[in-house]
Amino acid sequence: MAGKKTVFVDSDILVIGGGFGGCGAAYESRYWGRDKKVVVVEKANIERSGAVAQGLYAINCYMGMRWGENEPEDYVRYQRNDLMGLVREDLGYDIGRHVDSTVHKFEEWGLPIMTDPATGRYQREGKWQIMIHGESYKPIVAEAARKAADAVYNRIMVTHLLMDKKKPNRVAGAVGFNVRTGDFYVFQSKAVIVAAGGASHIFKPHSAGEGMGRTWYAPWSSASAYALPIRVGAKMTQMENRIVLTRFKDGYGPVGAYFLHLKTYTQNGYGEPYEPAWRQSIEDMVGDYVNHEPVPTCLRNHAFLKEVEAGRGPIRMVTKEAFKDPHKEIVGWENFLGMTIGQAVVWAANNIDPKEVNPELVMSEPYVMGSHATCSGAWASGPEDYAPDEYQWGYNRMMTVDGLFGAGDTLGGTPHKFSSGSFTEGRLAGKAANKYVDDLGTNPPEVSEDEYLELKEMIYQPLETYRVGRNEITAGTVSPTYLLPLSGLQRLEKIMDEYCGGVGQRYMVNEPLMMRGKELLKMLKEDLANLGADSLHQLQRAWELHHRVLASECVTAHTMFREETRWPGYYYRGDHPKLDDKNWHCFTLSQYDERTGEFEMEKAPVYHLVDDVKQAAE
Amino acid sequence: MPTFVYMTSCDGCGHCVDICPSDIMHIDPVTRRAVNIEPNFCWDCYSCVKACPQNAIDSRGYADFAPMGHSVRVLREEDKGTISWRLKFRDGREKHFESPIRTTAWGSIKCASEYEAPSTEAINSQELAHEPDYLKTDQGLPSITVDQFIKYELAPASAANKKSKKISTQAAE
Repeated sequence: MAGKKTVFVDSDILVIGGGFGGCGAAYESRYWGRDKKVVVVEKANIERSGAVAQGLYAINCYMGMRWGENEPEDYVRYQRNDLMGLVREDLGYDIGRHVDSTVHKFEEWGLPIMTDPATGRYQREGKWQIMIHGESYKPIVAEAARKAADAVYNRIMVTHLLMDKKKPNRVAGAVGFNVRTGDFYVFQSKAVIVAAGGASHIFKPHSAGEGMGRTWYAPWSSASAYALPIRVGAKMTQMENRIVLTRFKDGYGPVGAYFLHLKTYTQNGYGEPYEPAWRQSIEDMVGDYVNHEPVPTCLRNHAFLKEVEAGRGPIRMVTKEAFKDPHKEIVGWENFLGMTIGQAVVWAANNIDPKEVNPELVMSEPYVMGSHATCSGAWASGPEDYAPDEYQWGYNRMMTVDGLFGAGDTLGGTPHKFSSGSFTEGRLAGKAANKYVDDLGTNPPEVSEDEYLELKEMIYQPLETYRVGRNEITAGTVSPTYLLPLSGLQRLEKIMDEYCGGVGQRYMVNEPLMMRGKELLKMLKEDLANLGADSLHQLQRAWELHHRVLASECVTAHTMFREETRWPGYYYRGDHPKLDDKNWHCFTLSQYDERTGEFEMEKAPVYHLVDDVKQAAE
Repeated sequence: MPTFVYMTSCDGCGHCVDICPSDIMHIDPVTRRAVNIEPNFCWDCYSCVKACPQNAIDSRGYADFAPMGHSVRVLREEDKGTISWRLKFRDGREKHFESPIRTTAWGSIKCASEYEAPSTEAINSQELAHEPDYLKTDQGLPSITVDQFIKYELAPASAANKKSKKISTQAAE
């Protein structure tokens, strides 16, 4: 693409993605690296980007060690229990021991955290959650990141990582394009921290019309967290561990505060409780895991699903009692206005006042991410002071590619990080990246001109494909030579829905289905070479689709490899319908080979904190 | 509910274009006013609504599941440090809410480099910036040791537990 200006940006530490993970990485990189050049690159505008763009009403990861509320070990037990035994306990402990200092900093910066008037402590929503007035949570945190970074490049879509031309398996930077000017950007950096977003819109959402954007996870979470490291051969873990969420219908308003703080509860369409009735069937599938407290998120989903399949829907949240209390009514509404405004709109539009009507719930389509009640992501090195050898190969939070770090949705095995934990993980990565850069000495990585020029050609191709193809047809969206990004996205969502466990199949998969799904994904991937973009905006959509498709292939490969049903309520292997600790109490790892298009799969061991081995093994 | 822009209020300033996380607020080349070019990629996050100096942007429930006649309006006042909401139901009922958004002055956050530089050895410790002080426990940073971990052993007999497996993205034969 002659005519597109190339801009070169050199840095010591490059942070890709300016959400909570990226902001934490920028802050800590600056704190430890006073003389280092720290650059943040963001697809949107860090003031309102990432999953927290519209705010949050709670911080879902806070120990409260200063009041003796929880210790990091308690947090590890909670993560393990909720994820049916499989989490990186070394990484989880590390989040737990640091996260309180992050939250205390947020409060100092100006985040309004609610306090309990009786105790003077932060107002607890549940054991791990504290309540905040978080409309400006992201702008506050972004202010700290902007001040910390030498430069923040907004509106640049990073499409690929660049590898060192001298030393194999070492990262050297990234490339992307400016969505406003069209300029091509080559970032050369000694260390790279991927803090991009997880994946919405790889499975077909319930609403396929105008409302397709009102997904649970933001529509701009385009799987860059995964596609960037997958392509360069970083090992990935637990990519099969997609999450399905119980949410208020259509708006996907969160239920956490309703269950925990407002003490509302669910019932079936006939006003009856239903969870106890499904307990035995769950125990038949997963054994003793059903007896754990709190009941794992996926198992509660399972009861919901089975009750609806038995013809006793819809499932409703019983709000009428709680909302009689004016304080609780305010909390209930502000909860949405602070983080899921769309749900308030759905209720206003439907005349649903939870004081008078018990609102409907729904089970969402699946999402792939790494910071909620799920832990897909890259396989990362653990903390130096205690991580077992098999979890440690250098620097904390470094992936299996030298110099490539991650935080937030990007890293696997660490669920329940949420906003504060993702920021904390960014801080851990920022400090470790500083150390890595110091140790590099006089042998810094170098990008290859051949590589970035080749990528440049490929990145802008959809504009050219459209320009040429457009002249063949009179008007409209139907072309024999190019595929529009939206059409490609809808094809991906349909494939994943039908062949990899979406809502259309009631989250059911088996090997024959996934084999066919793989064939369809392969043809879709080939067709991506024919994407046509009529504008820079559509060029962004085209590369988001590339990222989603590569991540989807990885999800499919992992789902095929794990021959058991570990998380009923998230997905089911019809051909392996039970949990199988003997063979699958382990992590799944994949490594992608770009030349062959193959994922090499292997198992990696799970280490448990020793006091708890008995519980985990039961 | 996707956003839309009132013709008579918008002056084309572009604040919404600058802030939209989904890159869907653009300036229409004909009217030179803002427009939501992709309502089906709108998350209903209200970033543009809050950023509009003319209050020209509003939102209408997604057509595929929201009956008409409602409105959810917002006023975000950084100087006052508040956000105010007015909800109008389809049947005309109204609800009003107001919350604080920040307890400190905008721009007041101290830069990470304004703190005293950490010692050269500190980079090798496990402590992050401001730790252990900011844990507020006077216990120091918690730690454990590697011998507190034990490996979960899979059933040894199964060959599947040893072999790695290639999963191709190539079409099956």
